[in-house]
Amino acid sequence: MATQAKKTQVSMKVNGAEVDGLVEPRTLLVHFIRENLALTGTHIGCETTHCGACTVDLDGMSVKSCTVFAVQADGADITTIEGMANADGTLSALQEGFRQMHGLQCGFCTPGMIVRAHRLLRENPNPTEEEIRFGIAGNLCRCTGYQNIVRAIQYAAAKINGVEFKEAAE
Amino acid sequence: MNDMTLTREQREAKLEGMGCKRKRVEDIRFTQGKGNYVDDVKLPGMLHGDFVRSPHAHARVTSINTEKALKVPGVLAVITAETLKTVNLAWMPTLAGDVQMVLADGKVLFQNQEVAFVVATDRYAADDGVNAVEVEYEELPVLIDPFKALDPDAPVLREDLAGKTTGAHGPRKHHNHIFEWTVGDKDLTDAAFRKAEVTIKEMISYHRTHPSPLETCQCLCSFDKVKGELTIYGTFQAPHVIRTVVALIAKIPEHKIHVIAPDIGGGFGNKVGAYPGYICAAVASIVTGKPVKWVEDRIENLTATSFARDYHMTTEIAASKEGKVTGLRVHVLADHGAFDACADPSKWPAGFFNIVTGSYDFPVAHLAVDGIYTNKAPGGVAYRCSFRVTEAAYCIERAMDILAQKLGMDPAELRLRNFIRPEQFPYNSALGWEYDSGDYATAMRKAMETVKYAELRKEQASKREAFKRGETREIMGLGVSFFTEIVGAGPSKNCDILGIAMFDSCEIRLHPTGAGIARMGTKSQGQGHETTWAQIIATEIGIPADNIMVEEGNTDTAPYGLGTYGSRSTPVAGAAIAMAARKIKAKAQMIAAYKLEVHEDDLEWDIDGFRVKGLPEKFLGMKDICWIAYNSPPPGMEPGLEAVSYYDPPNMTYPFGAYICVMDIDVDTGVYKVRRFYALDDCGTRINPMIIEGQVHGGLTEAFAIAMGQEIHYDESGNVTTGSFMDFFIPTAVETPKWETDYTVTPSPHHPIGAKGVGESPNVGGVPCFSNAVNDAFSFLGSTHIQMPHDYWRNWKAAKQLGAVG
Repeated sequence: MATQAKKTQVSMKVNGAEVDGLVEPRTLLVHFIRENLALTGTHIGCETTHCGACTVDLDGMSVKSCTVFAVQADGADITTIEGMANADGTLSALQEGFRQMHGLQCGFCTPGMIVRAHRLLRENPNPTEEEIRFGIAGNLCRCTGYQNIVRAIQYAAAKINGVEFKEAAE
Repeated sequence: MNDMTLTREQREAKLEGMGCKRKRVEDIRFTQGKGNYVDDVKLPGMLHGDFVRSPHAHARVTSINTEKALKVPGVLAVITAETLKTVNLAWMPTLAGDVQMVLADGKVLFQNQEVAFVVATDRYAADDGVNAVEVEYEELPVLIDPFKALDPDAPVLREDLAGKTTGAHGPRKHHNHIFEWTVGDKDLTDAAFRKAEVTIKEMISYHRTHPSPLETCQCLCSFDKVKGELTIYGTFQAPHVIRTVVALIAKIPEHKIHVIAPDIGGGFGNKVGAYPGYICAAVASIVTGKPVKWVEDRIENLTATSFARDYHMTTEIAASKEGKVTGLRVHVLADHGAFDACADPSKWPAGFFNIVTGSYDFPVAHLAVDGIYTNKAPGGVAYRCSFRVTEAAYCIERAMDILAQKLGMDPAELRLRNFIRPEQFPYNSALGWEYDSGDYATAMRKAMETVKYAELRKEQASKREAFKRGETREIMGLGVSFFTEIVGAGPSKNCDILGIAMFDSCEIRLHPTGAGIARMGTKSQGQGHETTWAQIIATEIGIPADNIMVEEGNTDTAPYGLGTYGSRSTPVAGAAIAMAARKIKAKAQMIAAYKLEVHEDDLEWDIDGFRVKGLPEKFLGMKDICWIAYNSPPPGMEPGLEAVSYYDPPNMTYPFGAYICVMDIDVDTGVYKVRRFYALDDCGTRINPMIIEGQVHGGLTEAFAIAMGQEIHYDESGNVTTGSFMDFFIPTAVETPKWETDYTVTPSPHHPIGAKGVGESPNVGGVPCFSNAVNDAFSFLGSTHIQMPHDYWRNWKAAKQLGAVG
C-alpha cells in the first residue's frame, strides 16, 4: 500500500510565466498542468504514452506529459496549447491551418497534435508529406484519418515560410 | 429593405447555407485548448472515484475486505454491491431488456468487471484505496468460445436467470441463451435453395472490437441534498435518455435531474450506454454529499466499457448459373458477453441486421439470430454504424464475392446484375424494409470508371501469372464493396429506447436584431453540429449561419431528443431543424404580407426575405422581420419569432456507396500496402461537403483499423490480450492510407431537405472493401474466405496454409 509522500516544491516556466507548486513525487506532469495550473487544453487519452493527447513542448522537445513526473520538469521551460496562439491573441499559422483544412473533428487530439506539429516545423520547416506523417506518428487521431491534419501542417509550413500553399496533386 | 448593393450570389454566399464548405465554428476553441470536456470540469470539494476490478473472467467473490482501504489517507468511502443494495441499485436494467450488475454481486462474469468503488479526495488516493481493497475469489470454469456456449455441459454464467425460460425477446432454449430472433419467410427461402442451380455457404465472422474514442467515458455527479437535485456532467451521446434512465432507476424526479454533456472527445457508439461508473459516482455523491468524478483509464475503457461486433454469420446464397441471386439464408451466433447490454432500439435484439439483403434484389430471404452469454464484457454498441448494419454489410458483401468466385464471374459484374434498379424504389426488401431511394448502378459504374477497374483486373491477371512463374512474391487484391445503410432511427412505429419513441427535436429562437439560437436534442462528439445545423437554418430562413448559435447537451435548455448515434442526427434532427425553421418562415411570411400590404400568396421567398411577385423592389428581409416580430407585429399576432419541432420520421433513410480498394500483399511477410482507396458516397443532399469528406476520411480509417488488425481478443482463460493501445490497433498517420472521395446525390424523398446521413457509411462500406481486397488477393491460390482481422501475421499464415510460402 502506497502512502502519501511528503510534497515537493517545483517551479517551471509554462507559456512564458514562472509557476510553482507543491506536488507529490508521483504526481504526473500532465496532472500538475491540468489540475494545479488549470491549463486543461492538454488532454489525457491513454496514460501509456501511445496517444499523444498530452503532448507538451518541454525544453524544445515534444514530450508526452502523462509519463513525466512533475518533479522531473522542475526548472523546465514548457509550452502547452494555451501558449500556441500569436502574441496578439490571433490564431497561429498552425491553428489557422487546422481550421482551414478541417484538420480536427472532436478536438481531443488537437492540442497535442498542434504542439507536436509546432516542434516538427521548427525541426524541419519544409517537411514532405511522408516526413509529416512520420513526424506526427506519436499522436493518434480517431476522427480525421490524418489526411487533413497533414494538409493543415502543410498549410502552416507554407504560411510560416511566406509561400503560397499549394495542395499536392493526387 | 435588404442590402440591394449585393448581388444574388453575394447574398447567398453571406448566408453560408447548405452546400457551402463552411469552416467550423468549434475549431476556434478547440485549436486553442479551450474546449470544455468532462474532465476539465471542476466543482468545489470534488472527490474522485475509482474501481476495484476483477482479475478473473468467471469467479465467485467470497469476500471483500475494505478495512485497510478505508485507512488509506484521503479515502472516504468504499462502495460495494452490499452498499448499493440499500438503495436497490446493485443491479441496473440494460437497454436490451436484461439486467446488469453495477458492482459484483456474489460473482464476477468477465475480466475487469467492477467489484468495488473507492471514493477519495484525489485520483491518486483513490488508486491507493483500490490497491488496498482485499477481495477473495473462487475461480469458476470460463466460457469464451461462443460456439461452445450452447453445449449441454457449458458452464452456467447467469445464475440470476435460473429457471427463466423467457427473456426480453422471447423463449430461451439454454442457460446461456438470450434470444432467438427470426425474420423472413423460411419455407419460401428453403424452397429457393432446393431449386437453386448454384449455392454458396460460408461462416463469416466479424470479430469483437471496440470504438475507443480518444476521450474515455467519464462523469461528474453532484447531488444537492438541500434541493434534492442531481447534476451529472458526462460523456453522453444521448443526454436526455440518461436523464430518463436515472429518473427511472434512482427514483429521483426527472425535473430534479440536470444532465450536461459538454464537449465530447469522440464517441463512435461508446458513449450511448449507461455504465456502472455513472451509477457509482451518483450514489457516491449522494452518500458523501460531495461532487464525485469518475474518469476511466484506457485499459478500463477497452476491457469493460462496452464492445462492438462479435457476430458469427453462417451465410448462404442461392443463385442461377447466370448469377442472378434467388435466395439468402443467414444464421448469426451473436456473442453478447456477460450481460445483454446491447444499445439497440428496444424491439430490435439484433439491431437492423435484417438489412443483410444489402443492395440486391433478393426475392426471398430468411434470417435467424441467436444471442448468447459468454465471459466477456457486456455492450454491443454500434461502433460508427447504425445498429448492426456494419455486420450485415460485411456479411452480404463478403458473401457476394464468394458467390462471384464460385460462378467465375467478376464481383463488380455480379453486383451490377443484382442491384435493386432505380425504378424499383421505394423498394420493399425480403426482410421487411422499405428502401427510400437509390441509383446503385450509376454509382458503381462511376467508381469503376474512375479507378479504371478493367485495367486493374488486367494488371492483376498478369501479376498472378508472374507470381506463378516465381517472378514476384507479391499478390494483388482488388476489393469491391457496395453497401446500403439504414440510418435515422427512427419512426415511432418501430423504434423506441425503453419505451421512448425515437423522434428528435429542434427549438429555434430568433432575436430582434436578426440573430438567434437553436437548441437541439442531439449531441455532437466531433460531427460539427454547431456548424452544420446553422447552415440548414441559414438556407431555410435567410439568417446568416454566423448569426445562429447552436446549443446541445444541456437537458434543462434543450428540447427532448434521443441523441447522436446511428447516423440519426441529420435524418431525424436535421429534419426537425428544417421543420422548426419552416414554422418560423410561415409566421415571417404573415408579417411580410402585412408590412408590404399584400396577400401572403402574393409573396415569394428570395434567399433572405420575401418579395412581392412581379414587384422586385417590394422586399422585406428576415433581419427586419425579426425586429418587427418583436416590436410591431401585425394586430392580433403575438410577438416573438420562435418555433420548436419534434420530428417523428416517416421512414429510415438509406445512404449507399461504392468503394474500391487496391492492395498489394507480400506473401513472405504478410505485409500489405494499400495502393489506392476510392470511396463514392451517396448521402442525399450534402449540407457541408468539407465535413462530409472529413467524416468519410475518419470512417475509412476506422474501417481500415478494424479490417486490418483492430481486435478485442480474449485468451482461453478470459484474459483480454489487447487491452491497451500497445496491442489494440489504432493506425498512426504512417499506416493510414490516403483516401479519395467522390459522390453522387440521390435525395431522400421523405426527408424535408433530402439528406440521408453519412458519418457511418465509410465504416460500413470500408470494412468489407478492405477484407474483400485481401480475400481477392488470395483467391487465386484456392481460398474462398479468410477471417478478419487481416494483420501481417494472419496474412502470412494464410499464405503459408495456401502453400504460397514454403
